[in-house]
Order: sequence, then structure tokens, then C-alpha cells
Amino acid sequence: MTSEHAISAQNLVKRYGETEAVRGISFDVSPGEVVGFLGPNGAGKTTTVRMISCFLPPTSGTALVYGIDVRERPRDVKRILGICPQEDNLDPDFDVLKNLLVYGRYFGIPAAEVKRRAEPLLESMALLDRAKSPVAALSGGMKRRLILARALVNEPRVLVLDEPTTGLDPQARHAIWTRVRALRATGVTVLLTTHYMEEAAQLCDRVIVIDNGQVLLGGTPDELVRLEVGRSVIEVWNYGPDLAAALRELHGRLEEVGDRLYFYPEDEDAVERLLESRFPHQERLHRRATLEDVFLKLTGRALRD
Amino acid sequence: MRNLSFRSLRVLQRDADVYFTVWQSEFLPPLLEPILYVFGFGLGLGQLVHNVQYQGRTLSYLAFMAPGVLAVAIMFWAFFETTFSSYVRMYYQKTFDAILATPLLVEDVILGELLWGTTKAVIASTIMLGVLAVLGLVSWPTGLWVLPIAIMGGLLFSGFGLIMTSTVKTISQFNVPMFAFILPMFTFAGTFFPLDLLPGWALAVAWCLPLTHLALLVRSAVLGVAHPMLPVSVAYVLVVAIGLSAWALVRMKKRLIQ
Repeated sequence: MTSEHAISAQNLVKRYGETEAVRGISFDVSPGEVVGFLGPNGAGKTTTVRMISCFLPPTSGTALVYGIDVRERPRDVKRILGICPQEDNLDPDFDVLKNLLVYGRYFGIPAAEVKRRAEPLLESMALLDRAKSPVAALSGGMKRRLILARALVNEPRVLVLDEPTTGLDPQARHAIWTRVRALRATGVTVLLTTHYMEEAAQLCDRVIVIDNGQVLLGGTPDELVRLEVGRSVIEVWNYGPDLAAALRELHGRLEEVGDRLYFYPEDEDAVERLLESRFPHQERLHRRATLEDVFLKLTGRALRD
Repeated sequence: MRNLSFRSLRVLQRDADVYFTVWQSEFLPPLLEPILYVFGFGLGLGQLVHNVQYQGRTLSYLAFMAPGVLAVAIMFWAFFETTFSSYVRMYYQKTFDAILATPLLVEDVILGELLWGTTKAVIASTIMLGVLAVLGLVSWPTGLWVLPIAIMGGLLFSGFGLIMTSTVKTISQFNVPMFAFILPMFTFAGTFFPLDLLPGWALAVAWCLPLTHLALLVRSAVLGVAHPMLPVSVAYVLVVAIGLSAWALVRMKKRLIQ
């Protein structure tokens, strides 16, 4: 029953003393699917992913990876996982190739075999000419790509990416995205966490929004945007009270944040007609709704840290 | 305990690989340390203290002190490796996190660190034994007993070091065990002067310290002179080494898995 899922989590709970970091999360990931956990800082994304990857024992609930229980056979689960952590934990005393060799040794892969795998891996991560560079000499983007290459040394069936592009510049971020998409094409299952909506929209077949340790919603990025926000958003600034009043008359959701007004209309043409006729010089932006709008609607705008 | 496995050797191998990558800075200290001590303490202090009575024998101060220096080295190398170095791997480099993403379990990592701390103590004491032998301060073949003694003593102080690593909140807190345990042992464990010079109460305290027993074992081996306390010291070092290592496993596991 469960073996058809790459990952299957049932009612996962993680409690630290009085606080519950994860409060009953359930989800399934099909083989070959790319699923993203979205949520603000402290939502429980990383805790959940760390339970799936056998770093943390769940307080209760079960998690299976290709039918293998993370609590009963952690070694076997980790053998088929490729884990990219949030933080750089490369070995700073080794060069690029040696990092792969030592990592492969933990899996019991012979050095000759790791070397054979290293070449195409480093090639695909644009690191082949850096094979002998010390890790300290690599840029942030290169380190991230090396971490990704390292996670692939054991040819994992499931790749776990915990905030894979946090802190990277746009070029480095797109480089990672390109490679994750290439991996998806080879059929690897991917579970990733992010708080970049664009990243989720670019990479994920399905996103799961998490907050306060619980699943709020799940679906394809397009589905979520359409169902939760609608097609478009109208942002308005430097406006008077009469505009806000006029928008309230229309069908849709109105949100005032600081000096800005966000209107999520049911009928966008009606809004345009209203603005054209009564407020023709009003500064405004009429744009497509995005996952970011969904995210803010679901998790609120209050700061989390 | 059932999670302990041969895979911990992969952790030992990783640490050893780093050691041999940066060997220049790792090899020299154990080579130079005894030479410094021997010249500084031995030749300098030896001018003041000509002979030492030990187990009915009259020894030069240098011959008496040299095994003490070796015992201190076993303690220092195991303790420093499993405190400062292990802490850097655990906290700053996140090396343990990287290893835990592979089929190794947390028990493998901790046992690997214990074994590596022990290995460092054995490497250092082997080098020092060589230097002392060149200086004509080692009796053979009893001197070879230093190696198994270094394994036991290395494990003992590695266990102690990892217990401290499981406890501290910042790396500077290692100063506390340093001043509370390591330096008092360095001074009062019969390493640099014979124990029977101590007043009764201090002697009683000294016999409780692990380094006292370790120094006694090393001195017996290096000088080839038996001591009536030998069986007690062997038992003490063995029991405490195993006890502290087991405790270190429990405590480190708690720290690493939350």
C-alpha cells in the first residue's frame, strides 16, 4: 500500500518540552514528483524534513521512504537519500574531489567507483576544473553546487533539499534550479523546503504550505493561486479614502498594508472600469496573482523573527 | 549500544585523512615537546635536583621525569582532540551533520571520535617514545608496553574530553575542565616529582586522579621497574576508560539528537 509512495508521512509530531514544532503533519510524495514545503521561518519545514531524513526521531507518527520506516531502519533509508543541508558542511580541509571521495566512503562505495561517478557529477555542476581546489577557495554558489554533487554520489532515489538557494545571487540560484530540473527529468524524487515563492513555482510539481507545525494547504502552484487568490491582484498606492470605499463596493478581498492597498477582485474588468471612470490618474499596478500572494494570505504578514 | 558498528572506522579514517593533509603542523609538536621538556626541565631543573629515589633505585631527574612527560602527552593529545577539535567539527564545520546524512548513525560518529582521540594519543606517544629512546631514556623491551598503555589512557581521556564536549555551550568553556582537572593533574599526578613527597592528604587526592595511574604505568614500562600499585593502576585505567567512554556515548548522543 505504502510502497508505491516515495515518501509517506503519517501524523508526524515533534515536541520539544512544552513546544510542538511539528503538530501532526501527513503527506505523500509519488516517485518522480518534486514537492516543495513552503512556510515562514519557524513553521516546521526543516524539522519535518529532518525527521524524514533520520536526523531527528519523531515524537510520534510514522515516516516511510520507499516503504522503509525511518525509525526502524535509518541506515537503509539514508542509503537511498541524497541530503542537501541548509548550511555549508563541506570538509574545509579537503579539496573538491576529496570531499566526494570521503563522502562516498561513508556509503561504502569503493574509491574507484566514486572517482568514476565524480567526473560527470562535477561536470554537470560546472566544477570539473575545480576538482583539485580547496573548498575554502570556492564561492558560495560553487559550494552549494558541490553540496548538491556530494548528495548525488550515492545515486539517491530521493533528493532532499533544505533551502537550496538561500543566500545565493540570482545567477547562482538559477544555476541550481537548472540542475534540479535536469535531475527531475531523470526521475529522481525531490523534496525541498524554501521560502522563495519563485523557487517553488519554478521547480515544484506540488507545494505544501506549512505554518505553526501544520499543513495549511497543498496543490500545484497554479491551482493554489487560482483557488486561493484568483487570477490577478491590483496594487494601489497614494490613494484617498474614497477609492478604498469604492473598492469595498466590489466583489473581492481588500487588504490594506502600510501605504498600500491590495485588491483581489472576482471580476477584474469591473475594477478596471471603476478605476478608468472615477480614478483615471490613480497610481496602480495590475498584475498576475502569484504564489507569494497565496503565501501571505495563508500565513499572514506579521514578521516571524 | 546496539547501534555501534565498524562504520565508526569511516569517521576515524576521515579524521586521519585531515591529519595527514595537514601533517606538518600535527607531526612537529609531539616531536619537539619532549625535547623542550627534556632540555628545559630536565637539564635546568636537573641542575638543582640531581637524583631521585624511585622504587629503591636512584635515577637521574631526567630519567625520572621523561615517562611523566609521555603520560602527560597521552592526556593532552586525547583531551585536546576530543574537546577543541571535536567541538570545531561538531559546531563550526558541521562535519557530524554531513556524516549523519549518510548510512552512519550518531553512535558511529561518537565512537569514531573516541577512536580518533585515542589514535592521536598513540601517534604522539609513539613519536615521543622514539625521541626518548634516542636520548637513551627507555628500557627495552618493557618500553613497548607504552603502546597498549597509550591506547587505554587515550581512550580514558578521549571519553573525558567528549563528555566535556557534550556539556559546553561555547568553545571557551573548555577552560573550566582545563583548570579544574587537566592542569591539576599535570602538576600533582606524580609526573614531575615522586608522589611520596606529597603530604598525606594530597597523596590521597593524587591516587584518585587518572593521570597518577597512567603515569605510574608509563613509568613502569619506560624504566622497566615494577611498582606495587601496578595491578591497581591497570584496573583503574581500564575501568575508568570504558566507563567514561560509555558515558560519553550517552551524553554526546543526547547532545546530537534533539
